[in-house]
Amino acid sequence: MLLDQAREQAATLIAARADEVVFTSSGTIAVHTGMLGALDGRRHTGRHLVVSAVEHSSVLAVADRHRLDGGDLSTVPTDETGQVSSAEFIAALRPGTALACLQTANHEVGTLQPVGAVAQGCRSAGVPLLVDAAQSLGWAAPEPGWSLLAASAHKWGGPAGVGLLVIRTGTRWRSPWPADQRGSGRWPGFEDVPGAVAAVTALAAARASADADAIRLSSLVDQIRREVPERVPGVEVVGHPTERLPHVVTFSCLYADGETLLAELDREGFAVSSGSSCGSSTLQPSHVLAAMGALTSGSIRVSLPRTAARGDVEHFLAILPDVVARVRALLGSDDL
Amino acid sequence: MTAPGTPSGEPIRSTLVDSRGRRCPLPVIDLARAAKGLRPGVELVLLADDPAAATDVSAWCRVRGHLLVGQDGDRFVVRLGVG
Repeated sequence: MLLDQAREQAATLIAARADEVVFTSSGTIAVHTGMLGALDGRRHTGRHLVVSAVEHSSVLAVADRHRLDGGDLSTVPTDETGQVSSAEFIAALRPGTALACLQTANHEVGTLQPVGAVAQGCRSAGVPLLVDAAQSLGWAAPEPGWSLLAASAHKWGGPAGVGLLVIRTGTRWRSPWPADQRGSGRWPGFEDVPGAVAAVTALAAARASADADAIRLSSLVDQIRREVPERVPGVEVVGHPTERLPHVVTFSCLYADGETLLAELDREGFAVSSGSSCGSSTLQPSHVLAAMGALTSGSIRVSLPRTAARGDVEHFLAILPDVVARVRALLGSDDL
Repeated sequence: MTAPGTPSGEPIRSTLVDSRGRRCPLPVIDLARAAKGLRPGVELVLLADDPAAATDVSAWCRVRGHLLVGQDGDRFVVRLGVG
């Protein structure tokens, strides 16, 4: 009963039907289940998969495995803002394409993708499109025309460990899990009822204030984009300046390392993240920044919470020049 | 490891920067330090095996107005611009 209500409410907020909504145990597993099921459901059509170069690692992990299993993979590049061209994406579709995947917005640099135009192209080509809406669903429903949608509740303030998978009616999809009597055969075992209710309640709350929050946060991001290069030498702001999420901004600092920047900003009370390999256990730089041709070392991603105020941003902008200068001094690069 | 440009300003390839074994952002810092004071047109050869070097050397060239002439494995050839 509660679960049915949650499904109804989620469907309304996503512009889908209740019986198309599945609650999964994370956004990652929603992506995996959606992709694997669509690839399997259309294996007689072909084994060609199309993804963008800047998809979330959960999408690229399935793509890698698909390729290792003998499937074909096309990776569509982006421009320097991290945006794919819809024409180029659609041109990658071919008769044997089983599935195409595109994010609504990039998780590292905030750039929006042309999901509406790509969905139309996929429809015309008869190829299902899976949209990874994790970053944007708390702001708005994606443009229509997609066949599958995956999202993650903690991105909009819901609980971690709840994902959403939506499979539109008529989409060829075969569950990667053995048949189960529950979840209309789409998801094995019970769904997490309290998690689903909390996720949908949080989504509704996020949407209720989305328009006002977007205007406020977007203006703060504009201020960061404008003032960081004025205040700090050797900095490049990356991502699309206008076609972007309201709350995410990324910039890269020459001659500084991401890990020390994060530690120094943490000491100042700011929790940010980095796409630098210096701070990652794999030593691999961010595939998103690399695809954009952006500097990966010294990268800082600021993701503003809905509660961020102008004073917080001004404080950040005030301490940033000294933080970057300190990190450069530690590396002996402050004279470059 | 670094040698100055020739007085004539002709392109030379005598400047070698060995950053092998050094992690990001050190290869780019080494390169920038070697480039300091050299005139436009001088070529530097950087050896760097950090996984981020391919992306970061190319981005550094773009941001600083230099030209990445070529890359072969861990060997990068950069021609300095006006900087």
